Amino acid sequence: MSELDALMKAFGEAGGDKAILENHEIAHLVASGHKLVSMKSVAGLEVDAKETISGISAKVTVKKGIKIKNPVHLCFGVLHKKGTQKIRMDVMLENNSSAHFIAHCIFPKAEKVRHIMDAVVDIGEGAEMRYSETHYHGLYGGIKVTPKSVVKIGKNGRYFADFTLTAGRVGTLNIDYSVEAGENAVTELTARVFGHANDYIKIKEKVVLEGKNSRSIIKSRVAIEDDAQAEVTGITEGNAAGARGHVDCMEIVKDRAVAKAIPIVNVTNPLAKVTHEAAIGSVDKRQMETLMAHGLTPEKAVDVIVKGILK
Amino acid sequence: MALLELKGLTFHAGDKKILDGFSMIIEASEVHALLGTNGTGKSTLAYLIMGCEGYKPTSGEIVFDGKAINKLKIHERAKLGITMAWQEPVRFEGISVRDYLTLNNKDLDPAHYLVMVGLHPELYLGRMVDRCLSGGERRRIELASLLALHPRLAILDEPDSGIDMLSTQDIVNVISAFKEHGSSVLLITHREEIVIIADKASQICNGKVICSGNPAKVAEYYKSRKCLICNGEVCAYV
Repeated sequence: MSELDALMKAFGEAGGDKAILENHEIAHLVASGHKLVSMKSVAGLEVDAKETISGISAKVTVKKGIKIKNPVHLCFGVLHKKGTQKIRMDVMLENNSSAHFIAHCIFPKAEKVRHIMDAVVDIGEGAEMRYSETHYHGLYGGIKVTPKSVVKIGKNGRYFADFTLTAGRVGTLNIDYSVEAGENAVTELTARVFGHANDYIKIKEKVVLEGKNSRSIIKSRVAIEDDAQAEVTGITEGNAAGARGHVDCMEIVKDRAVAKAIPIVNVTNPLAKVTHEAAIGSVDKRQMETLMAHGLTPEKAVDVIVKGILK
Repeated sequence: MALLELKGLTFHAGDKKILDGFSMIIEASEVHALLGTNGTGKSTLAYLIMGCEGYKPTSGEIVFDGKAINKLKIHERAKLGITMAWQEPVRFEGISVRDYLTLNNKDLDPAHYLVMVGLHPELYLGRMVDRCLSGGERRRIELASLLALHPRLAILDEPDSGIDMLSTQDIVNVISAFKEHGSSVLLITHREEIVIIADKASQICNGKVICSGNPAKVAEYYKSRKCLICNGEVCAYV
């Protein structure tokens, strides 16, 4: 079986749709370990990708005014039990362009794997980028994932990013996202993670509202059980008049798991406003009782509530 | 035939005696209104019947369909056909109205039950049962979810109270729908105009039933404030 077939098999097993690679109207970039195994572009999207000594380096540009119709699929994975994959991405959305990137990160057999993502994103004036990243790390917990991104959003630009890791083990996750928002720019960062066994989750998301009337929300939803640990830091700085930010963190804790939430708000302009809310605890008693009064067992009720907040 | 029989229920919360030998019978397919001022123990009684955490009778027995259920947990009582709509239904993040109405039966048509509570399915099925719903919308969805369960006994805790209260006509419609399904209803209220839609009514005061029978007569009794210790708003006993 070729590297591509093997990765696509794992992709299919993780819930992905393999048909996207055969569709000529859908752009994609597929990397297995250090190998670039498949790539396709569409009009208005420039992709310059190459293999490096430890992974892949790609420069992706959406040309001025171009709205990419179908989501661009990025598929990264390590199929072996051991290995390291470093991905370097430079993404540029030129003025008034838009694109939706869907990243599938698959490490089904990871026993001793490292995956490092280092992204620099530049969103031009009036441009809009959506970035949805879903991970599957298998059942062994032997992986260390470090996604880092530095994003700059121009005037009237929009950036929506969500990170999901809710099936299988997490291993060690260390997210570090940072966004600087220009005038009237909008940012939404969402992370949903479910940790088990001795998984370790560290999420740090920072938005600097630098432009006038810029807006942001950082939303984190984490559930942990067994001996898992989570630390979520949401930072928002309001540095301009009319800037509005909100940090919203919810963590559900079961068994011996330990959770920590650190919301940091920093306002340097009297006309800016940043708010935060954080809730950590076991599953809400009233929610449990309501679902049980509908006939669900306590175990099923917890499952429904946890799946809901991670959806 | 008695579906629910409450035999001499007593319940203490700390030093306070909330229920004091409370006894009542609800027949199969009967709508029974329970009337009482604030603080008389109406909601406490609902929690005891449903089996909520922290609500175990100090003494007395709850008998459902001939079986004592004091020791059963909420979901075990729900399996027998008992369910409840809380006064302020809780919100759920990430659960759609469609999923909420089909929690127990993926094959049922949720739209049918939304129509029964006056909501347009096309506007609501895809929405989340979260804080984006108004209080009134949330209450209607809760009632629809109870109707979808086809319970043998539905406990409705003051659907007519608060700023998001449902109108009398809304409540009449919902009660009629439960009756059509053959469900019994324990309708907890402190509004006398609601009581008259029931088959039977009881007034609770001082943790026990002080008047029971024809709904119009019980409503009249309640209105006359013959219970001298209560001021008509708050029960002075507890």
